[in-house]
Amino acid sequence: MESITSLLSIALGAVLVNNFILSQFLGICPFMGVSKKVETALGMGMAVIFVMGVASAVNWPINHFILEKFNLSFMQTVTFILVIASLVQFVEMFLQKAMPSLYEALGVYLPLITTNCAVLGVTLQNAQKSYNFGESLTYGITGGIGFLIAIVLFASVRERMEFAKCPKSFEGFPIALVAASLIALAFMGFSGLKVW
Amino acid sequence: MNVKKQFIDGLITQNPVLVQLLGMCPMLAITTSMFNGLGMGLAVMVILTCSNIVISALRKIIPSKVRIACYIVVIAGFVTMVDLLLKAFVPALSKSLGLFIPLIVVNCIILGRAEGFASKNGIAASALDGIFQGFGNMVALTIMCIIREFLGAGTFGAGVLNGGAGFQILPESVAALGMILPVGGFLTLGCVIAAVQYFMNKPKKTKEVAK
Repeated sequence: MESITSLLSIALGAVLVNNFILSQFLGICPFMGVSKKVETALGMGMAVIFVMGVASAVNWPINHFILEKFNLSFMQTVTFILVIASLVQFVEMFLQKAMPSLYEALGVYLPLITTNCAVLGVTLQNAQKSYNFGESLTYGITGGIGFLIAIVLFASVRERMEFAKCPKSFEGFPIALVAASLIALAFMGFSGLKVW
Repeated sequence: MNVKKQFIDGLITQNPVLVQLLGMCPMLAITTSMFNGLGMGLAVMVILTCSNIVISALRKIIPSKVRIACYIVVIAGFVTMVDLLLKAFVPALSKSLGLFIPLIVVNCIILGRAEGFASKNGIAASALDGIFQGFGNMVALTIMCIIREFLGAGTFGAGVLNGGAGFQILPESVAALGMILPVGGFLTLGCVIAAVQYFMNKPKKTKEVAK
């Protein structure tokens, strides 16, 4: 029973309270780069959920059974990024063969995910907080869901913004940052939310 | 070799953060005090220069199909070194930057310069490029820090000047805490980039009018 509550509180934290983009600033590059249309944002979000979940699941045993056991924790960054890079490559090849429709839907976003700091961030945080396997997996997947929610919300705002008038020097990127700031302000309202 | 042009490119016309819009995550996340900004800027500069040198030296050996993976391994190696050095010698910085030091691995500035510059140019030019681009990044980080720190905590140079306490310019009761929170990060970066765009477009406009 206790474990379910702890999983729920991790999930709630990752989706709303400590949202990866809006309060931890991880994964800003894809957040700003692929949020011009809601559809592409949705595709990116789905791909991130998938990779974050798989990366958490794969890196946990590596960290737990190899790195920590042989006192190699200082190699975490190098190992994790290599695992993520090869994982993304494998996932890409697997999807291409097994699920071409999903592969088409994710398209160019899959390779981009290697350099998404949210993915490396979630695996490093799992190691830092010494989560067990279930907690790591939950944190990975719900972190991805938080990413999806933030990027889709932001893309919908940005689509409307295309038609709005704004000062010349604010056009494009700067006004998008200001909009992101307002969304972050809204997400601050979730702080302090807890599962009892 | 055009050193002066490279310098101006790195600092102003091709500033990695304010013009190329790379490396946003640390830019928003850790720019809450001058100490963090300078520390992060220096760390990135060192890693960028070292990785540029190594990648440029290896550019003829690395097969182009697996180049990105090779770059990442080189960068991750240097990041780990810097991480361990900071933990040993500057534990305060290591603590306040936290997760963002290992995350330099996926900082787009470093991979971007490796792909865009070091893989095509000689060692000396790549080393200079690393130093100048890193310097441009540091300047941008420091500007963000000064603005956010002043508005959010009312201080100037916390952690660096005045024996680490910084100078209290505004009384603490006036300071807007929101500027140090994520909200302020997005807002400040938006305004800084808008200001840069304003000044970059200005000379062009006068030229157009002159025509």
